[in-house]
Amino acid sequence: MKLKDKLMSSYLAFEEQVDIDHDIHQVRDEAIKFFETTGFPTKKLEAWKYTSLNSILKEDYSIFPKKEDAIDYKDIKKYLIHDIDTYTIVFVDGIYSSHLSRTTHDKLDACLMSSALNKPKYKPVVDKYFNKIAPKESMVALNTAFANEGAYIRIPKNVAAEKPIQILNFSTGNESALMIQPRNLIIAEEGAQVQIIERHQSLTENPVLTNSVTEVFVEKNANVDYYKIQNDKTSASLIDNTYIKQSRDSVCSMHTFSFGGKITRNNLNFYQHGENINSILKGVTILEGKQHVDHNTLVHHTQPNCESHQDYKGIFSDKSVGVFNGNVYVDRIAQKTDAFQSNNNIIIDDTATCNSKPQLEIFADDVKCSHGCTIGQLDNEALYYLRSRGIPKKEARALLMFAFANNVLDSVKIPEIKKRITKQIALKLGVELGFNL
Amino acid sequence: MLKIQNLHASVEGEEILKGINLEINPGEVHAIMGPNGSGKSTLASVIAGNEDFEVTQGDIIFEKANISELSPEERAHRGIFLSFQYPVEIPGVSVTNFIKTSINQVRKARGEKDMPANEMLKKIREKSALLDMDRKFLSRSLNEGFSGGEKKRNEIFQMAMLEPKLAILDETDSGLDIDALRIVSDGVNRLKTKDNATLVITHYQRLLDYVVPDVVHVLLDGKIVKSGDKELAKELEERGYDWLKAEQVNA
Ligand SMILES: Nc1ncnc2c1ncn2[C@@H]1O[C@H](COP(=O)(O)OP(=O)(O)OP(=O)(O)O)[C@@H](O)[C@H]1O
Ligand SMILES: [Mg+2]
Repeated sequence: MKLKDKLMSSYLAFEEQVDIDHDIHQVRDEAIKFFETTGFPTKKLEAWKYTSLNSILKEDYSIFPKKEDAIDYKDIKKYLIHDIDTYTIVFVDGIYSSHLSRTTHDKLDACLMSSALNKPKYKPVVDKYFNKIAPKESMVALNTAFANEGAYIRIPKNVAAEKPIQILNFSTGNESALMIQPRNLIIAEEGAQVQIIERHQSLTENPVLTNSVTEVFVEKNANVDYYKIQNDKTSASLIDNTYIKQSRDSVCSMHTFSFGGKITRNNLNFYQHGENINSILKGVTILEGKQHVDHNTLVHHTQPNCESHQDYKGIFSDKSVGVFNGNVYVDRIAQKTDAFQSNNNIIIDDTATCNSKPQLEIFADDVKCSHGCTIGQLDNEALYYLRSRGIPKKEARALLMFAFANNVLDSVKIPEIKKRITKQIALKLGVELGFNL
Repeated sequence: MLKIQNLHASVEGEEILKGINLEINPGEVHAIMGPNGSGKSTLASVIAGNEDFEVTQGDIIFEKANISELSPEERAHRGIFLSFQYPVEIPGVSVTNFIKTSINQVRKARGEKDMPANEMLKKIREKSALLDMDRKFLSRSLNEGFSGGEKKRNEIFQMAMLEPKLAILDETDSGLDIDALRIVSDGVNRLKTKDNATLVITHYQRLLDYVVPDVVHVLLDGKIVKSGDKELAKELEERGYDWLKAEQVNA
C-alpha cells in the first residue's frame, strides 16, 4: 500500500481512539482532507525543487507504534545535554516516557501536548494558539491530522525559565520502519524567557520518518533561545516544520546544527507582528556520504524598525547535498527594517552539491537589506600558510573549517551546547584539536 | 645547514628558477636582492615547500637531508620558517590560537608533549613584548584587517615563538615604518644564535644596516649572478641592476 493510502486509512483508525466531539477534531478532519487533495510535496513545487522525498516515502512505515519500549537512561544519556540541569520531555517511538522525563508545572508548564489538548484547564490556551500559525501545507496538514502528542511549553508572564528545556524524540527500531509526527506548542508570554533544545534520535538502523510541527509564540518583550540538534542515523529522515510568531520588542533565535540524517528538511518560518523585533536564524551544516539537508527559511517583516539576521554555513563532502533557500519579505509599511542574510558553503569534494537561493521581496523603500551567498573550496593559500607553520594538512583543513563555522557558534548562549557542537565538529572533521573556539 | 644545488623550479610549465646554487652555514646571515619578478619569492616558496611550484631539477639539502620531497609542515617541523611577503588573512582563527596550535603541532611531530599552558602564556607575553606588539592583536583574527606593517610584525612574532633553525624573511622590511623596522630588526638580531641562520630577501640597503649580512647574492632571472659581502648591497643601492644585466648579456 502506498504511504498516502496507508495514512488515509490510518486516520480512520486514529479517529476511533480520540474524542471526536472535541473542537480539535474538526481541525484534524479539515487537515486530512487537505492532505488527501495535495499529497506529499514533489520536486515540481518551487519550494521543493532540490529535495525529493521519493526515496523515503517508499518504506512501509508503522503509523501507530505498539507501545512504549523500555529503554533505559543509559541508552539515551549521550544524546542528552546531561551535564547541566534541565527539564526534559522524552518521547519514545512517539509516546511519552514518564520515567525518562522531568516535566514541571511549577512556575511554568513543560509537559505534554496530549494533556494540553484533552484537559479542560488548558482549553483557553489551546484555543488561542493551537494551529494558529502553521500554514495550510501538505506536510503540516498531515501532522495536524494526527496531532496528538508532543511537547507543550508555556512560560507565564515575566517568568524566566531557570533551566533549559530539552525535547527529545527517540525511536527504538521496534517497528521495522516508523513514522512519527510530533506536535509541539511553545508559548513565551509577555516578558518570559526560555531556552529550548530539540533533538530527534533513532537508536537503530531501521528507517524512521519524522514529520514534526512546532508552533512558537514569542509575546511582547519575551525571549526564546532555541537549538535544534540534528545528528541522526543515516536511516532517519526529518521534516521539521517550525513556525514562530513574534510580538513587539521580542527576541527569538534559532540555531540549527545539521550533522546527520538521511534527508533533513527544515522549514523555518518567522512571522514578525510588531515593532522592534529581532529574529536570529543560524545554522551549521556538515555533511558527508549521501546526506541531504535542505534549509528553507522565511522571515516576514510586517512592521517598522525590526531586525533579522540569517547566517548559515555549510561544509559538504562526498556525495552530500546542501540546499539553502532563504526568503525575506519586507512589507510596504515595514520601514527601517534591517534584514541580513548570509549563506556560505564549502564544497570539499566535487561530487558534493550545494544550491543556495536567496529570495528577497522588499516593498518598503527605507530599509537596510543585505544578502550574500558563496559556494567555494577551502582557501589553498590559507592552507599553505598554516602548513608552513607546521600544522599538518588534515589539521590545517580542520582548522580552516572550524574557523569558517566559528561565528555561528559565537552566538550560542549555552556553554554546554557550544562545547558539544565544537566537539562534534571536530569529530565530523576527523581531528582532535586542542583548540577552543 | 642549507645547501641548494642546481635548483630548477617552474610554475604552470614556466621555468622561474634556472639553476640556483646556495650554501648557508649555521650562524650566517645571507641576503638576496634582485629586481621584481626575478624569482626571490619563488626561491623562498620552494625552500618552504609550496606545492604550487614544481622542482624540475636539483636538490635542497637541509641539515644533511634531502628535503625536496617533504611537505611544508614537515619542513616546518625540521625548523624552516618563512616570513611571507604577503601574509594570508585567516578569519576566525585568533593569533593566539594559531600560534598555540602551530607550536604544539611542531612539538607533536618531534615527539614532544604539548607546551604547558602557563609556559605558552609566558612565552607569548615575552615575545610579543620583544616586538612591541599590542596585546589586542593576539585575540584578533590572524592577519584579518591588519595593516601591512602589522602583518610583518606578526610574522616575526611567529618566528620568535617558533625559534626556527633557518628563517627566510621575504621582504619583511617593506611596509614597516622607521620605528617598526628598528624594532623588527632588533627582534631578528636577538633571535640570532651561532646555530641558526637567516636568509633575508630585500630591496633595500636600510634593513641590512640593522641585520648585517655575511653574504649578499643577486638574483637575476632565476639565477644567482653575483655574490659578495655587504658592500655589494651598497653598490646595488647606488648603481641598480642594469650593470649586472649587461654583464650577463656579455658573458
Ligand atoms: N603562481 C604563479 N603563477 C604564475 N606565475 C608565477 C606564480 N608565482 C610566481 N610567478 C612568476 O614568477 C616570476 C617570479 O616571481 P617572484 O614572486 O618569485 O618574484 P620576486 O623576485 O619575489 O619579485 P618581487 O620583488 O616583486 O617580490 C614572476 O614573473 C611571477 O609572475
Ligand atoms: Mg617577492
